[in-house]
Amino acid sequence: MTVNTAAQNIVEINNLSFGYKGRLLHQGINMVFLRGKVVAIMGGSGTGKTTLLRLIGGQLKPSKGEARVEGQVVHHQSRDGIYKLRRKMGMLFQQGALFTDLSVYENVAFPLREHTNLPESMIHDLVLMKLNAVGLRGAHKLMPTELSGGMARRVSLARAIALDPDIIMYDEPFAGLDPISMGVICDLIRTLNDALGATSIIVSHDVKETFAIADYVYFVANGVVAAEGTPDDLRNSTLPFVHQFVHGEKDGPVPFHYAAGDYAQDLLGFENTRQGA
Amino acid sequence: MIRFSVLVSLTRMLRNIGHGFSNRILRLGAGARLFGLTLIYSGESFRRFHLTIREVYFTGVMSLIIVLVSAFFVGMVLALQGYYTLQKYGSSEAIGVLVALSLIRELGPVVTALLFAGRAGTAITAEIGLMKATEQLAAMEMMAVSPIARVIAPRFWAGVIAMPVLAALFSMVGILGGYIVAVPLIGVDAGAFWSQMQANVDWRLDIVNGVIKSIVFGVACTMIALFEGYDAPPTAEGVSRATTRTVVTSSLAILGLDFVLTSFMISM
Repeated sequence: MTVNTAAQNIVEINNLSFGYKGRLLHQGINMVFLRGKVVAIMGGSGTGKTTLLRLIGGQLKPSKGEARVEGQVVHHQSRDGIYKLRRKMGMLFQQGALFTDLSVYENVAFPLREHTNLPESMIHDLVLMKLNAVGLRGAHKLMPTELSGGMARRVSLARAIALDPDIIMYDEPFAGLDPISMGVICDLIRTLNDALGATSIIVSHDVKETFAIADYVYFVANGVVAAEGTPDDLRNSTLPFVHQFVHGEKDGPVPFHYAAGDYAQDLLGFENTRQGA
Repeated sequence: MIRFSVLVSLTRMLRNIGHGFSNRILRLGAGARLFGLTLIYSGESFRRFHLTIREVYFTGVMSLIIVLVSAFFVGMVLALQGYYTLQKYGSSEAIGVLVALSLIRELGPVVTALLFAGRAGTAITAEIGLMKATEQLAAMEMMAVSPIARVIAPRFWAGVIAMPVLAALFSMVGILGGYIVAVPLIGVDAGAFWSQMQANVDWRLDIVNGVIKSIVFGVACTMIALFEGYDAPPTAEGVSRATTRTVVTSSLAILGLDFVLTSFMISM
């Protein structure tokens, strides 16, 4: 992104590296998330997209570099400092992560009860308003086990926006949804972002849906930002990786086959393959 | 060539032993850290005591049936076995004391703890493990709510509260079972049964020590169950293994601690 004044950058990732179990997942990543925008982080499975969200949320510490939220380095904060930052964030988890022992109503009321001293009548109104915004006011008495995947994600979205956060993070919001639910979630992300004046960070590998709502997109591959730009820029990109990803081609810079030895030798060397397995 | 492969196998074996040992030390440290954090966050959970009360219901009240039914049978078997031995020495009236002391000092706390580990401990591990696997704990963290204060501490104190109550109920129902076998069925005098029990059961040496044991078992069982769930890999296999480990570790811990506590109490 070209505009880089600190006041406009609600989240910054500066020269960030992260690895675990001897494997370096990110190597010197730089990203900027502008206030009020919908920014997507895309890339193949296992490229560390969700890890980036966890680094922004302070659930993980980078091995080098930093993630800044509202100008504050996340991993330099104390526990209370991180919790203070997290109160400005909402997160939609891949499977919703609803509390299974609480009803839909209680799930959305949870952050309000934990962080405010609002009277019960006001919590009631707020919960129903949030549920209405995601179209599930009528489902407030249901338990999470009674919801479909799309409904669970919408309830989780209502819970994520319960405290009107400045930043809303979405971890694979479209994964495993039917086309109608996908369209609903897609529309909700854009509408809620604009209505709340929040900044949305979407981690996804669903090209069509993400490009439809994102203002800016980062492509992550091999631990670095492989490409970035508006959805139109990336749609017309001639970079081989971006072209392969956007058009869903089987072979390209990301090979179809996982790195392996000689095929004939593997087939003939039955004992060796078994030992390796 | 054979010598070389033996050397390789030996090295591998030593490495595995070392890895297993260091892994256990690490887990012990992680468990102790979780225990410390639970105590630190207890104040936060006491402020919302209704969470602990709710867990007392799930761990304590829901374990009542299995504990009481087991207690009844244990008491009946104790009376039968006791009478069989005591009558040889002409002291069958002492059956009441034998049943009461066995239950209050040993069987009450130990069997209750073993049943608690099997019923409530596994439920706690599976619940926490599944909460972790379905990202509920991560969601809580992201909402700036400590899972240790909100999930772990209430369950810990619920276990510590429930265990002595369950052990006391176990002893009471066990004595009732013993009475039914000894008095109406075998024909031991009811007055002798109760009066000998009253005269020989000491408040501090027997009852207080039994309560102390059950509190210690409550701490151990609940903490093991919580740690195993909290530390479980977030997969179906991980949760299943953690649940098994809860039963095995808790059972061994109960029996080991029972020996240590009993020797300490006797030496006192």
